[in-house]
Amino acid sequence: MTSTPSTPSTTTLTRITPSVAWRGARARRLVERNVMVYRHSWLIIFSGLFEPIFYLLSIGVGIGRLVGKVPGPGGHLLTYREFVAPALLASASMNGAVYDSTMNVFYKLKYAKIYDAVLSTPMGVDDVARGEITWALIRGFLYAVSFIVVMLALGLVDSAWEILALPASVLIGFGFASIGMATTAYMRSWEDFEFVQLAVLPLFLLSTTFYPLSTYPRWLQIVTECTPLFHGVALLRALNEGAIGPGLLLHALYFVAMGMIGVWVASRRLGHLLLT
Amino acid sequence: MGATPPALRALEYWIYQYRRMWRGSVISGFISPLLYLAAMGVGLGSLVNHHHSSRNSLGGVSYIAFLAPGMLAAIAMQIGAQESTYPVLGGIKWVKNYFAMLATPLRVVDVLVGQLLWIAMRITLTVTLFLVTMELFGAGHHWTVLLAVPSAVLTGMAFAVPICAYAATREGDAAFAALFRFVVMPMFLFSGTFFPVTQLPKGLRVVAYITPLWHGVDLCRALALGDAGVVRSLGHVAYLLVFVVAGALWARHTFTRRLAT
Repeated sequence: MTSTPSTPSTTTLTRITPSVAWRGARARRLVERNVMVYRHSWLIIFSGLFEPIFYLLSIGVGIGRLVGKVPGPGGHLLTYREFVAPALLASASMNGAVYDSTMNVFYKLKYAKIYDAVLSTPMGVDDVARGEITWALIRGFLYAVSFIVVMLALGLVDSAWEILALPASVLIGFGFASIGMATTAYMRSWEDFEFVQLAVLPLFLLSTTFYPLSTYPRWLQIVTECTPLFHGVALLRALNEGAIGPGLLLHALYFVAMGMIGVWVASRRLGHLLLT
Repeated sequence: MGATPPALRALEYWIYQYRRMWRGSVISGFISPLLYLAAMGVGLGSLVNHHHSSRNSLGGVSYIAFLAPGMLAAIAMQIGAQESTYPVLGGIKWVKNYFAMLATPLRVVDVLVGQLLWIAMRITLTVTLFLVTMELFGAGHHWTVLLAVPSAVLTGMAFAVPICAYAATREGDAAFAALFRFVVMPMFLFSGTFFPVTQLPKGLRVVAYITPLWHGVDLCRALALGDAGVVRSLGHVAYLLVFVVAGALWARHTFTRRLAT
């Protein structure tokens, strides 16, 4: 596989046009760069697949035997594996997006100085933010496809609506990746990443991933309903059960809003960091 | 002053170092198990305890009483694995503090022993904190649970010592990611921490029995529940010690080859 260099005419055109006209339009170049870099370490990407699958087999199958049927959001009684699988997909989308947009981006920003190099080309800060988020979403999409294939193989897909879980998990990834980027732009050192852990782990464990919302007392239910992963879990669980209703749009809107706020903050702050 | 054994000097270095880093490790070492116990032990536990047949599979105890001592051993493994990968390769390649130590009267063996003592200390600290948390949740009824602390430290060292040896053979950290994904994480999930290994299919069950983590989990669980048989427990201890001793011999070899030139 060789990369084809862009034709001289496009390059010249992009170089002479004022970059304002192209804001964010060159994000594709950054994605291309990441694809080229990761060609040599595809194993890292590939191995990322296994963690959610191990969790599914351990928690879903192992603990599943200790747990009876659990009511799903549509009111059907589900086996514990059917209940937990979509939630693990949602949390895998979160984890992947957060990891990509925090650790990886921080390394490129502070140590590898990739973005300084990027900005000496016609690309701008918006390209960097959008490019990195797009890259995180492409990875997230690949993980979601493979996880759903595993769910199919284990007979855990209950409804044809599950196909919408693909765009839905990319949307969940979008929300988390852009907030992750925005947070990274404010990070000072590696020690700060403990705080990222401090946010991600309770979301993973407490967002009704492993048990229904009714387990909580009322006040805790309300708190949980405000947190992002809860909406991701609810969305994917409903899609897999085929419990379609207007409420799902609300879950989706949560991530659209989260993503847009994140991109806005990330672009602004990166501009401040890299251009001043 | 001059009478301090040299390995303790190396240990002292790590303690000084830690004084600037402890906040992060409190988060990973204390808050994560707390969250796991709350979510899995209490939340998921409420589903497990309501299921009619699960008490039998768990040996007649509540889910959190089953889970907590297993997590104690699993946490020890995770800390052991973390502290014996990046810090060791860092000592050789990135920070090169091992070479700084070797520029003093310390020998390679002192550097190694100092590192291992420090890891044991880190594990002890985390495991003790975890035991306190566990008692707050009311898990661990019998006084023998106190013996679960040294047992968990032994479990952690059964991983840490061989991993130190292995880390000293590496040029980069790529293998560590694979080690965590394909060794540490699967053991955490399948070696009896979250559910009895008797629920695994037969082939996997045998694999689980071979892993040091299962021995650590079974030992800590029996001690926490107060039904530890002497022979069975000593068997677990012996099995874990094999990993520690073999690992130490291997580590002396790899450290010497890498550092003594």
